[in-house]
Amino acid sequence: MSAELLAALTVFVLAVLLGFAVISKVPATLHTPLMSGANSIHGIVLVGSMLIAASATDLLSQILSLVAVAFATMNVVGGYVVTDRMLQMFKKKPAAAPKPKAEG
Amino acid sequence: MDTIELLVRITWLLGAVGFVIGLIQMNSPATARNGNLLSAGGMALAVAGTAVLVATGRAGEVAGLGWPIIIIGIAIGGGLGLYTARTVKMTAMPQLVSLFNAVGGGAAALIAIDDYLRLSNVQSFAPGGVIPLEITVPTVLDVIIGSVTFTGSLIASGKLMGLIPGKPILIPGGRIVTAGLAAVAVLGAGYLFAGNTHVGVLFAIIAASLVFGVTMVLPIGGADMPVVISLLNSFTGTAVAMAGFVIDNPVLIIAGALVGASGAILTKLMADAMNRSVINIMIGGFGGGEGTVGAVAGAGGSVRELSPDDAAIQLAYASHVIVVPGYGLAVAQAQHGVRELAELLESRGVDVKYAIHPVAGRMPGHMNVLLAEANVPYPLLKEMEEINPEFERADVALVIGANDVTNPAARKPGSPVSGMPILDVDHAKSIIVIKRSMGRGYAGIDNELYVNPKTGMLFADAKDGLASLVAAVKAL
Repeated sequence: MSAELLAALTVFVLAVLLGFAVISKVPATLHTPLMSGANSIHGIVLVGSMLIAASATDLLSQILSLVAVAFATMNVVGGYVVTDRMLQMFKKKPAAAPKPKAEG
Repeated sequence: MDTIELLVRITWLLGAVGFVIGLIQMNSPATARNGNLLSAGGMALAVAGTAVLVATGRAGEVAGLGWPIIIIGIAIGGGLGLYTARTVKMTAMPQLVSLFNAVGGGAAALIAIDDYLRLSNVQSFAPGGVIPLEITVPTVLDVIIGSVTFTGSLIASGKLMGLIPGKPILIPGGRIVTAGLAAVAVLGAGYLFAGNTHVGVLFAIIAASLVFGVTMVLPIGGADMPVVISLLNSFTGTAVAMAGFVIDNPVLIIAGALVGASGAILTKLMADAMNRSVINIMIGGFGGGEGTVGAVAGAGGSVRELSPDDAAIQLAYASHVIVVPGYGLAVAQAQHGVRELAELLESRGVDVKYAIHPVAGRMPGHMNVLLAEANVPYPLLKEMEEINPEFERADVALVIGANDVTNPAARKPGSPVSGMPILDVDHAKSIIVIKRSMGRGYAGIDNELYVNPKTGMLFADAKDGLASLVAAVKAL
């Protein structure tokens, strides 16, 4: 096993433990926003998609990386926006003007 | 490593720090929104750093179409993400999260596929060229987990949208098909791990995994989808971490591992709150979803039916009312109706609180989001441990579309819900249940609460029932 792989593995294991520690403290009421927030974080795969897109030379690779970039960006942008919409509703005092009802 | 590359790597580190602190801040409703913005800021920084890395040629020479692909991809994905996230109704939010999860898993799998194709072009034709194991292992894991997540999340999303029936779909011989697909993936992985480089085998693994995702989720009932989505969210995190190993990128490893761990914990918490194991859900048991209307209760004892006017009088002249919202309220999108009724009662001097079971709605915390959307003040929402002692002092417990989480049978052994934490609704002085029928809940058992002499049943859809209650209270 190379030194680089060992270093990467170390980071991976510590990040897993950190994930367990951080999440177990979250109250149940915030679990849905939390799931959505965690969902946006794995949109970091956009960084990897950009790197493979930059060096894509053959057609297949170009198509794969285009789809990867589009998928990952959708994950990032949509994830953060929808999480923010949920959390916006946890304001202590309701806004003076009632929001237009989205549902019929 | 020169200065610019060093700085870019520091933006990745800062991005990871933003994710961790953002998650920590999501501990409390007061700081949660800030935490999400911090996490988004970390993401923007990491992406911007990557753009600099590419622009300065430090990620290898940029191919002719490199920038157009990145820009067009971001424009398409960003536009779709922004549009759907801003227009979705809050009740339809779980399926959108599942959809975003699907594309995230898909992107992670595509990275590994692309990397494998490139390496096989370069190496397999060179004498003795074999892709090293430290690339093959994460690649295979990434494509398996990413592909399963992609199709599995799409099916879960489709079930919640109603595009695919929510009830468990059993394919004849489904177990054998699923086992066969798993065998293809495992054998393929073993062949590649043994030191062979073969693109065809990789695609066989991908195809098996894609179909496996479908056959895994189809037999699971709609009511179990939250647990499934949470599990798949964890899978995507793991797939992204594997993609990080494939292209040797630390921020993918850190963020992926964080999400993998968080999703696993969340999945376990959700399953625990329903007194079920994750394995039990994945193999498929009772989870009948919504399709249980028409089942007849036979618990013995008689059911007392209430008219909206009777119920309105009980509510209006009570001093303490506890509202117990459940899945039926979420399905009927009745959160605005419940807020209207509560405000009306409060204006008459009634003290109204909400009892939120950990798994009320479709996901833990989903009910809080729905009620917050209807402008119900957050401090009125009480968690189970906090509100349970208060039921004894409540004059009326108003149960709206909640079933198993109120079933006293959970306190006794020998029932499918035994041991599940429940709301002590039966301790209230009187109980009003708004429900469409005597149909069973998700556990498929009768609820003895409904035949309790203190209980009156108001048979209606949650939304219509609340509207008639509001009208009746106003008429008093």
